[in-house]
Amino acid sequence: MTQTLVVIGNGMVGHRLVEILRDSSWRIVVFGEESRPAYDRVALSSYVDTWSSADLELTPLTGCELRLGEKAVSVDRERRVVVGASGVEITYDALVLATGSVPFVPPVPGRDLPGCHVYRTIDDLDDIRATVEAADRPGRHSGMVLGGGLLGLEAANALRGMGVSPHVVELAPRLMPIQVDDGGAGLLKRLVEKLDLTVHTGTSASSIERDGTRLIAKLANGLELDLDVVVFSAGIRPRTDLDLGLELGPRGGYLVDAACRTADPRVFAIGECAAVEGVAYGLVAPGYAMAEVVADQLHGGAKTFPGADVSTKLKLLGVDVASFGDAHAQTEGALEVVVNNAVAGTYSKLVVSDDAKTLLGGVLVGDASSYLSLRPLVGKEVPAGLLQPGGAVDVEMPADAQVCSCHAVTKQTITDAIQSGVACDVAELKACTKAGTGCGSCVPMLKKLLTDCGVEQSKALCEHFTYSRAELFEIIRATRITTFTALVEKHGTGRGCDICKPAVASILASLNNGHILGEAQVSLQDTNDKFLANLQRNGTYSVVPRIPGGEITPEKLIVIGEVARDFGLYTKITGGQRIDLFGATVDQLPEIWRRLVDAGFESGHAYGKALRTVKSCVGTTWCRYGVQDSVGLAIELELRYRGLRSPHKLKSAVSGCARECAEARGKDFGVIATENGWNLYVGGNGGFTPRHADLLVSDVDTEELIRIIDRFLMFYIRTADRLQRTSAWLEGLDGGLDHLREVVVDDKLGICAELEAAMESHVSDYADEWRGVLEDPEKLARFTSFVNAPGTPDPTISFRAERGQRVPVQLGIPEVVR
Amino acid sequence: MTVVCDFEVLRPEQGVAALLPDGSQVAVFLTADGSLHALDNIDPFSGAAVLSRGIVGDRGGVPVVVSPVYKQAFELATGKCLDEPAVSVAVHPVRVRDGVVELT
Repeated sequence: MTQTLVVIGNGMVGHRLVEILRDSSWRIVVFGEESRPAYDRVALSSYVDTWSSADLELTPLTGCELRLGEKAVSVDRERRVVVGASGVEITYDALVLATGSVPFVPPVPGRDLPGCHVYRTIDDLDDIRATVEAADRPGRHSGMVLGGGLLGLEAANALRGMGVSPHVVELAPRLMPIQVDDGGAGLLKRLVEKLDLTVHTGTSASSIERDGTRLIAKLANGLELDLDVVVFSAGIRPRTDLDLGLELGPRGGYLVDAACRTADPRVFAIGECAAVEGVAYGLVAPGYAMAEVVADQLHGGAKTFPGADVSTKLKLLGVDVASFGDAHAQTEGALEVVVNNAVAGTYSKLVVSDDAKTLLGGVLVGDASSYLSLRPLVGKEVPAGLLQPGGAVDVEMPADAQVCSCHAVTKQTITDAIQSGVACDVAELKACTKAGTGCGSCVPMLKKLLTDCGVEQSKALCEHFTYSRAELFEIIRATRITTFTALVEKHGTGRGCDICKPAVASILASLNNGHILGEAQVSLQDTNDKFLANLQRNGTYSVVPRIPGGEITPEKLIVIGEVARDFGLYTKITGGQRIDLFGATVDQLPEIWRRLVDAGFESGHAYGKALRTVKSCVGTTWCRYGVQDSVGLAIELELRYRGLRSPHKLKSAVSGCARECAEARGKDFGVIATENGWNLYVGGNGGFTPRHADLLVSDVDTEELIRIIDRFLMFYIRTADRLQRTSAWLEGLDGGLDHLREVVVDDKLGICAELEAAMESHVSDYADEWRGVLEDPEKLARFTSFVNAPGTPDPTISFRAERGQRVPVQLGIPEVVR
Repeated sequence: MTVVCDFEVLRPEQGVAALLPDGSQVAVFLTADGSLHALDNIDPFSGAAVLSRGIVGDRGGVPVVVSPVYKQAFELATGKCLDEPAVSVAVHPVRVRDGVVELT
């Protein structure tokens, strides 16, 4: 008979347990107090970027009964029944408590006043936002975060995202007292104070009072703060308000043994609500490990909780912070080696045993890049040279070292997968070992292990060039080579192929080398670019005139209709708000385009790895809800970037309000109107691997928006791989979105002026490719089916009628004898 | 014998298509070293008459044309498909006489 497992709690850890067990023989019932699906609480502060809870949602659960919005109100262990708020009763064979934790709110007088919040759930953030928006204050809002630990700084970051200047109040003498030492915290304070935070350490709030629309907080050190909002994030406590009559740990939490089992053998507890052998953990990775343990136990296994690595590496407010092992040198006789570089803004401390032979732990602030190689060495011999000034940390990692702490994957597991041939790249490693699928911070280490195992992470474009596309781009830019022949003779081998030739043609086009069908370039082009049309399965082509922003006059619409009718072209509306005309033979293309160009149309570049369309909604002109002129901006963007050749196609859209009717977040660059200007999103994609675009900048005016798009596009064009869309490029970019922002917004590399100049030169050099063909007899001459019978159509092409239009007769393919 | 075109019309590494009296089609290519090749124009994988529009290059030094439809490579000298060894296209004799390209 099927046994029933009831899971109380639909947080990250409960969700993980169900994910592991969903294909098992257990019937699973989940009680979730929140009405929304499980979401990534670790990334909570990013909710303020988009205010879309969908962005945080975890993989939807299948194969279980999910009772969202139903709190479990009581458990009768005698009858083995869980009672929900609606009165529903579920009988269990096994029960897992995954109730998580509750924020700790210090007993400050006034803590229950309106405007005082905790920081734990999406609803909390919505409430904080409502308070901030209701605050009646000219200029920037002011807020206080009580708690200067990891959570407190996260909360401060969320407040900044809402336009609030936060005061951070921490009782301990330093920020992040659990993870970081005095030296590291000093640097951290200096770095975050540059970001509009005010830090008050060694003090606490003694009272909060309401004064009209404001809140006044009095600090123990005598300071008074005038505030709009207060957020408590001074730590968490295991949530055990569901009383099962079970013993609790010394610091709270359902007391469980190493198998995560309570004194009742049918009842388990996992995650932040559990006290494993008395110890509660407030991190997600140990919670996941507990979920694994319980899943194993439910299958009759004997797995136990291995103890948790509470090492942390994170980026708080853009500052790298890492702490691992015995970070506070509490081991007897432990020695500390500290390098504090106030100029560079980096701090590192290594803790070693009294004989300086064993690495015990460390703290890194400002630059935590060595964390991944150092953390696995804890408890192992200190590598030679590590303790020297500027000592190398690129050292051999032991086989049993944990590479992915989210999923407890060791180096051995990963190298086994690589050496047995199961995984040859990062994506395959993720699929077969789960490493890198949690927080993702170990992905660079996965790449390194692949290289160490001799898997060539070749970036060679093809057999003719050992360079990557980005390197070839720089070679062509620097040497000003304009022909493929010169390039392959000097920097490659052989005669090229269908991979490198179009890639080089695209680079030459991005660098403004004239018409793409010029004598030196035409033989490099794929058939689509060669005939400036899209090849279809029967050897005919389709034609897409540009319709900027999707706006078109009736007269022009009639011209398209007449051309389609006169040439017998199948007509279809595209997803990019334009019209595709199918079934043209190469001989017909110039005649079709002469009619279109005469009527004022130009190439839509539907055939090119180039800007396709900038889709738009109708915006303020017509829409009752629009807040900006989305059509006007879409047309401006499309006309600016038309003809821009890039590593892959580029799609864009502009929405006139947050309802997002233009689907801008599915585009390579998407713009959404706000009350104050525009939000720019980048790296979105539909297609095979859909991805929502990430917010790059918000509330910018049109001029600033265009400047940043110019830089973004040019940076992508210069550095992406061949046929790599912006989404995959951004995913693979070292440093990700933060790095992109540093380059194209903050101009960290000092290249923005050059990127802008490159775009200006594209804009001023733009000319319609089809007009260029029609005006040049030599280019026109290529548009014939047969060199010995110009004007004779290809006899293999024939059509039949379907729903009133011409469609191709499928060609006989059985000639292929295998 | 079918006349294709004047030799000077050909461009290195670009194909042209010629129509034969029986209605069949031949793709003619001039490689960078000056040699001429002629293959059936119909791509056996798609059935479309498009091989003359493929990109000409080399695979491991062997001159090839790559079908523009599904990107299989065909050896110019033999018509053999390098991606599916069991598949090939017919090779036609081609020559230049008095500056004119002819299929014989």
